[in-house]
Amino acid sequence: MNDETALAARIPTTAERQRMLRISILRYNPQETGSVPRMQTYELEEADGMTLFIALNEIREKQDASLHFDFVCRAGICGSCAMVIDGRPALACRTLTKSLGTEITLAPLPVFELIADLSVNTGKWMRAMSERLQTWVHMKEQEVDVSRLEARMEPELAEQIYELDRCIECGCCVAGCGTARMRQDFVGAVGLNKIARFRLDPRDVRSDDDYYELVGDDAGVFGCMSLLACHDVCPKELPLSTQIAFVRRKMAAKAWG
Amino acid sequence: MNVIYTDVLVIGGGLAGLRVGIGAKRRGHDVVILSLVPAKRSHSCAAQGGMQASLGNVIKAQGDNEDVHFEDTVRGSDWGADQRVVRMFVNTAPKAIRELAAWGVPWSRVRKGDREVIINGQKVTITERDEAHGLLTQRDFGGTKKWRACYVSDGTGHAMLYAVSDQTIAQGIPVHERMEALALIHDGSRCHGAIVRNLVTGELVAYVAKATAITSGGAGRLYRATTNAVICEGTGTALALETGVATVGNMEAIQFHPTGIFPAGILVTEGCRGDGGLLRDADGKRFMPDYEPEKKELASRDVVSRRMEQHIHSGKGVKSRFGEHLWLDITLLGAQHINHNLREVKEICRYFLGIDPIKDWIPVRPAQHYTMGGVRTNHTGESPTLKGLFAAGEAACWDMHGFNRLGGNSVAETVVAGMIVGEFIADFCDRAENDFTMSTGLAREFLAREQAKIDELLSGKGQEDANVIRGRMQDLMTAKVGIFRTGDDLASAVEELQSLLQRSRHIGLKYRARGANAELVAAYRVQKMLKVALCVAYGALMRTESRGAHFREDFPRRNDVEWLKRTLATWKRDGDSLPSLAWEPLDVMQMELPPGWRGYGAKDYLDNPDTPKRAAEVEATKARMAAEDRWTLQESLMPYDTLLPERYRSRNERIDEPLDRPVAPQQRTGVA
Repeated sequence: MNDETALAARIPTTAERQRMLRISILRYNPQETGSVPRMQTYELEEADGMTLFIALNEIREKQDASLHFDFVCRAGICGSCAMVIDGRPALACRTLTKSLGTEITLAPLPVFELIADLSVNTGKWMRAMSERLQTWVHMKEQEVDVSRLEARMEPELAEQIYELDRCIECGCCVAGCGTARMRQDFVGAVGLNKIARFRLDPRDVRSDDDYYELVGDDAGVFGCMSLLACHDVCPKELPLSTQIAFVRRKMAAKAWG
Repeated sequence: MNVIYTDVLVIGGGLAGLRVGIGAKRRGHDVVILSLVPAKRSHSCAAQGGMQASLGNVIKAQGDNEDVHFEDTVRGSDWGADQRVVRMFVNTAPKAIRELAAWGVPWSRVRKGDREVIINGQKVTITERDEAHGLLTQRDFGGTKKWRACYVSDGTGHAMLYAVSDQTIAQGIPVHERMEALALIHDGSRCHGAIVRNLVTGELVAYVAKATAITSGGAGRLYRATTNAVICEGTGTALALETGVATVGNMEAIQFHPTGIFPAGILVTEGCRGDGGLLRDADGKRFMPDYEPEKKELASRDVVSRRMEQHIHSGKGVKSRFGEHLWLDITLLGAQHINHNLREVKEICRYFLGIDPIKDWIPVRPAQHYTMGGVRTNHTGESPTLKGLFAAGEAACWDMHGFNRLGGNSVAETVVAGMIVGEFIADFCDRAENDFTMSTGLAREFLAREQAKIDELLSGKGQEDANVIRGRMQDLMTAKVGIFRTGDDLASAVEELQSLLQRSRHIGLKYRARGANAELVAAYRVQKMLKVALCVAYGALMRTESRGAHFREDFPRRNDVEWLKRTLATWKRDGDSLPSLAWEPLDVMQMELPPGWRGYGAKDYLDNPDTPKRAAEVEATKARMAAEDRWTLQESLMPYDTLLPERYRSRNERIDEPLDRPVAPQQRTGVA
């Protein structure tokens, strides 16, 4: 599976000595009878340009075929490979090993259902969140006349919406969230950011009354304790702290107004 | 036996599959979508720079319309495309993008007034019209006469995929994630669904459906250096191939994108060059104008990729510890532009290369990017040989790309084909003759066969390593079935791929878990991938000409006398070591745009005997109808309107073409 490793292997390497990495992985496969959570350490030689995508594939191909993890785009775009890297949720595919020490610790994202080892079911969580918050534009008319000119929008507004639309549902914000660790039903920064995104979008006919129904409680925006690790760990650097504060102010105004 | 019944089974949760599903569901049919990964992680999200639709909003797009988009696409295809399908596509693309605009895609918009852009390395001020303000904006892309690529910064595919995926959720369409189709259930003439493996538990399930659609994307991972995601392995295409009945078309037509970052192969968008970025060599010299004075960096991808490799071979590559590459220079676009319109590019450069493209040049080299071929379908998206099997998007050979796809036409195809094929699937399901007739015995038989293959792998005594076989295949494909091809290389590739296929039948596993098991997955997939790879290599060997992305050094000319035809491959018996090939001719006398020079690339080609005849006919028709509007002229050259589903036949409104009053002849903006 590790196409980039082999690509790099054919390339003449420099004389300088590569580091030996020790990668410790939290292993547990609920599918396997007798499997218990444990740390397992793998050693491998670092290569130029090595990312955790390359390193993990090399471990699986050469050392341990039973290791589980998820990658799709391997370009930091699709959000599949979030994991806890040295204690911090991040995208593994774009993490260069040279940015880490020689002792690296990897664990699956907490909160999400564990599939096995580093693989978690973010897809199921995100779909449930989307269904609950109805994360789609609620159009005035169900049928669009697609032969006509598109509705106009100010260029700045389109860009502001895109800024929030850049979320890749990787789950880092949820994994870093204090509330999500305590309340299974908390929608997380990912959910609140989506409310902010649709609220900003004039194509969506929903009002703050509607949004209040969706996030005006402790499972929604009032559950946030403002620890804001979500903001710190977001790989897309979304402005989560301001967006959560903004949604909270609007929802609070709704509650008291 | 676990059986799930549905009207429509969609295999693949990217843009094409989701839009097919929405189309069928809206018409009242039950839909289940299978996806290897959560739908929003599909490779559609990696499309960066734009979606082609002839809206004609920006000043550099003025005069754009379906006719210009049609000609660009056919020229891009090197006349390999089905021109009627291209017509269906270009008429529906504006509708698709307007639907997406209503669904919430935050398309970048036109701002009225002056703005500074880079054209041909120079700063130029252009003025956008007041009446365009707030409409979708367009950027330049390769191989197009007008600026036509609509975009969302450089996260176009991401924004599209999220909007369409969220619509799927809104419609209540289930997406069964981490589910992989292993085989189609069929009786030799009709497809009845698929046998599907749960990638977490390992359980096999029979999905029985009236209509089955393959929307599984491309086969980039047949190659070592590719921009494609790790899930783009062509295994969906193999499902059709392994029926022995369905055909796959033009698999030898593989696109290499000029700007994969070096050496990882991650894509940086064509929008970099569309917005004014330049290609430079080891001396820092801009070299493309020497090769392609007309379109320079913005010739079609096949042409630019070949010129880059040619330039490296001439000794002008930049030498690095990883091998040779060239430079993509976008520094001249400035920080403001890069931070707003090329932010994904900036991120990729920062994380994977540790450079800042605002001040540094980007190391690039062509990498495999797109599979023009795929499951052969007719214009409705249905296999001509296996009833009830449909395909759409990159997995299909519909065939609107021929031998080279234009940038921005693939995300456009996903949603356009999704709309059109979704309607035709609904029509299919509406007809009483297509009701369920299959006996569950057939599903049981197919399920038992797939279970036996898995059991064999898990318990067998094979000695071969799936990853080793896979790696060797990728090396072979990259070295011998790449940008420059020769008969000798292709013959030796075919021979070795055959021996790899034999070896792949004796794979042994180190890890024998029945549930989640990446080694098991690699083992059964590589058997499928090798069949697809053989279709690519063998098709390329037999095609003794050069057309679009298929370039034979020993047959460097396009040969319309012998090769104006589509390659069709079938895999007749499972134990075969080669596909059976046949060729389907394209009829010049039916073409709206007869073959000629593309406007870039080689000027030397062999004309089909019918070409001058048809060209004269077309010219005579144009002269006779000079007073008519462009739609009437088009209708008389190559009628296609009735091929489209009725709801997508209408004309498209533009600033310069309001729908409510007829367009005066002097306002016609058709192509000469």
